[in-house]
Amino acid sequence: MSHARPPKPRLDRRSLLYQALAIAALLGLGAFLFANTADNLHRQGIPSGFGFLLDPAGFGIGEGLFPFAAGDAYWQAFAAGLANTLRVALPGIVLTTLLGTALGVGRQSRNILLRGLCTAYVELFRNIPLLLQLLAWYFVLADLLPAVADARQLGYLYLSKSGLAFPAPVWESGRLLLEFPERNAFSIGGGGTLTPEFLAVLLGLVLYSSAYLAETVRSGLQAVPRGQVEAAAALGLSRRQTLRRIVLPQALRLIIPPATNQFLNLTKNSSLAVAVGYPDLVSIANTTLNQTGRAIECIALIMVVYLALSLATAALMGWFNHRAMLHQG
Amino acid sequence: MKTSLKLAYAALLALTALPALAGKTLDAIRQRGTVTCGVSTGLAGFSAADSRGNWSGLDVDVCKAVAAAVLGDARKVKWTPVSSQQRFTALQSGEVDLLSRNTTWTLSRDAALGLSFTSIVFYDGQGFMVTRKSGIASAQQLKNAEICVQSGTTTEKNLNDYFAARKIKVKPVVFESFEASLKAFFSGRCQAYTTDASSLAAILQREAHNPGDYQILPELISKEPMAPVVRRGDDEWFAIVKWVVNALIAAEEEGVTQANVEQQKSSANPAVQRLLGTSEDTGKLLGLDRQWAYRAVKAVGNYGEIFERNLGSGSSLKLARGANRLWSQGGLIYAPPIR
Repeated sequence: MSHARPPKPRLDRRSLLYQALAIAALLGLGAFLFANTADNLHRQGIPSGFGFLLDPAGFGIGEGLFPFAAGDAYWQAFAAGLANTLRVALPGIVLTTLLGTALGVGRQSRNILLRGLCTAYVELFRNIPLLLQLLAWYFVLADLLPAVADARQLGYLYLSKSGLAFPAPVWESGRLLLEFPERNAFSIGGGGTLTPEFLAVLLGLVLYSSAYLAETVRSGLQAVPRGQVEAAAALGLSRRQTLRRIVLPQALRLIIPPATNQFLNLTKNSSLAVAVGYPDLVSIANTTLNQTGRAIECIALIMVVYLALSLATAALMGWFNHRAMLHQG
Repeated sequence: MKTSLKLAYAALLALTALPALAGKTLDAIRQRGTVTCGVSTGLAGFSAADSRGNWSGLDVDVCKAVAAAVLGDARKVKWTPVSSQQRFTALQSGEVDLLSRNTTWTLSRDAALGLSFTSIVFYDGQGFMVTRKSGIASAQQLKNAEICVQSGTTTEKNLNDYFAARKIKVKPVVFESFEASLKAFFSGRCQAYTTDASSLAAILQREAHNPGDYQILPELISKEPMAPVVRRGDDEWFAIVKWVVNALIAAEEEGVTQANVEQQKSSANPAVQRLLGTSEDTGKLLGLDRQWAYRAVKAVGNYGEIFERNLGSGSSLKLARGANRLWSQGGLIYAPPIR
C-alpha cells in the first residue's frame, strides 16, 4: 500500500475552457428546467413553494421519538418522519455491523456446519427482494403475536399485537420519572413501545443488509495475503490471535469503503418502511403530498434529506477510513 | 417505493410537458380518438377490472358515458389506473383527460391543485369496521385504539378531526397499500379499520373470510362527495363532463332508461325532447352534436341504473341508495335543468 500520489495534472487553458463550458451548460439546463416548471405550474394555476410547510398538518402520526400533535406544522411532521427514519436506520447499521461481521467470519470457519449455515444464510437473504422480506416479517409478526387481550407479560414487559411495551423514562412536571406500561381497554399504554411495524422494518433491514455485509467482510478477510497468516502461525499465535491482531486490522481497510455502501443502502432501503405501515419520512411525505398536492416540493424534500443522510454517512465513514488507513512516515 | 418512482416520473412529466391550452382537451381527444380516464387501481363497485381486462363500476361508467357523448362510442376509453398519491399529478401533467376515481371534493383540492371538480356522482362518508368479538358498538368507544388506515386519502385527516373534537386519543397505523392495510386489520393488528362506508361494505363482502365476524359502526364521521375531476383552464371540457353527469341524473328524473331511450325519442315530454336532442340542440352549446345525451344514456343507462348495477341490488355489494337517491325521493342527487 504505497502512498505515492499521482502527479497533479496540469491545467491548460483549453481544458479549463471545456470545463467552464460544461458547468455553464449544466447550470443552464438546471435553470431552464426550474424556470419551465415554475412557468408551467403558474400557468396551470398550481401554487408552488415551500410555504405550506408552516401550515398545520392535521393528521396524526402513530409512533415517534417525540410527541407530534395533529395541530403541528407540516415541517414538524417531516421532522418526526426523519426521526423515525433515523430511529430505524441507526440501530439497523449497528446490528448489521455485528451480524454481518459474525457471518463473514463464520463463512471462513473451519467448522463445516457453521460455514454451511452462514453460506446458506447469505444466499437466502440476499436473493429475496427486500420488500417481500419486510412484508413477510410484518405479517408473520402480526399473525403470531398474541392479541392485546391476551398480551404476554414478562415482568414489566408486555408483548402483543400492539408491539413490545417496556418501562421508559418520561419527563413529567419537571422531573424524570420511569413510566410503566399498563393495560387499557384496547392497547397497552404508557412507557415505550416497539411496534410490530418498527420491529418488522428493523428485522428485515438487518437480516437483508447483513447478508451483503457478510460478503464484504469475507472478501476483505480473503484479501489478506496467506503469507501473513502463515507467518503468524510460525510465530506461535493462536488462530484467534491471528484473526484479531493480524487479519482483521488489515482486512478492515479493505472492508470499510464497500461497507459504507451497505450502510448507505440500508438507510435508503428504509424508505420501503411505508409498505408495512411504519411512519418514516417517505410515509409522512406521501401523506403530506396528498393533503397539499405539492408533489414536486415533497419529492424534492425526500431527495434532499436522503442525499444529506447519505453524504453525512459517507463523510463519517471517510473519516473512519482515514483513521484506519496505514500511515507510513 | 414503486409508487414513489411512478410519482417521481409523473412529477418529471409535469416538469417537461407543456400544459394543455384552454379548450384544447376536446380537440386532442377527437384527434386521438380516445378519452384517457384515470380510475382507481381496483375498488369494487367503482372501478375494477375483471380477468379479461374489462373495467366496470360507477366511476368507469361515468367515463364510458363521456366517451359515448364525445366520440360516439363508449368503448373508446383508455383506462389509466392511478394510485391515490399519483392521481392529481396524472391529471395535472395531462396524462389523463378526466379523473373519475372516487375522489372527494374539498376546498384545498379545488382551490390549490389547478383542478376543477365537476358534478357529484356519489355521496359517501367515512366509517369504521370492528370485530364483533370486541363488543365495540360506537366510535366513541375507540379510546386509545389503534386504527388501520390507508395513506394518501382524506381519511387520515378526518380520523384526526373526529377524535380531536371529542378529545379522544387514537393511534393511526398508516399503510401505503390498500392490501397491506386490510391484511393488518384482519390479522388483528388494529382494533378498527376506517375508510369510506361504501368501501367498507365492499371489503366486508369481498375480502373478509367470514363477514359475520365483523361489523360496521353506525357513525359516519365525514362528508365525502365524490366527483370526476378535470384540469382547470379548459372550461369547454369542464362543461362537457359536468353536463354528461347531469344528463345521466336528468335521465333518471325523467324515467329515460337504457332500454327505453329509443322509444323516448318520440316522447311528448319537452324535458325529454331537450335531453335527447329531438327539439332543442343543447349539444351545440357544449361543442357537441345534438345526440350527446342520448348516446350517454344508451351506453350506460341513467344514474339510477348505473348505481343499481354497480353498487346496489344488481351488484354483490347491495348498498342502499341512501343519500344517493334522487332529490325528489329524499336523496341528494339533483341535476340542474337541461335547457
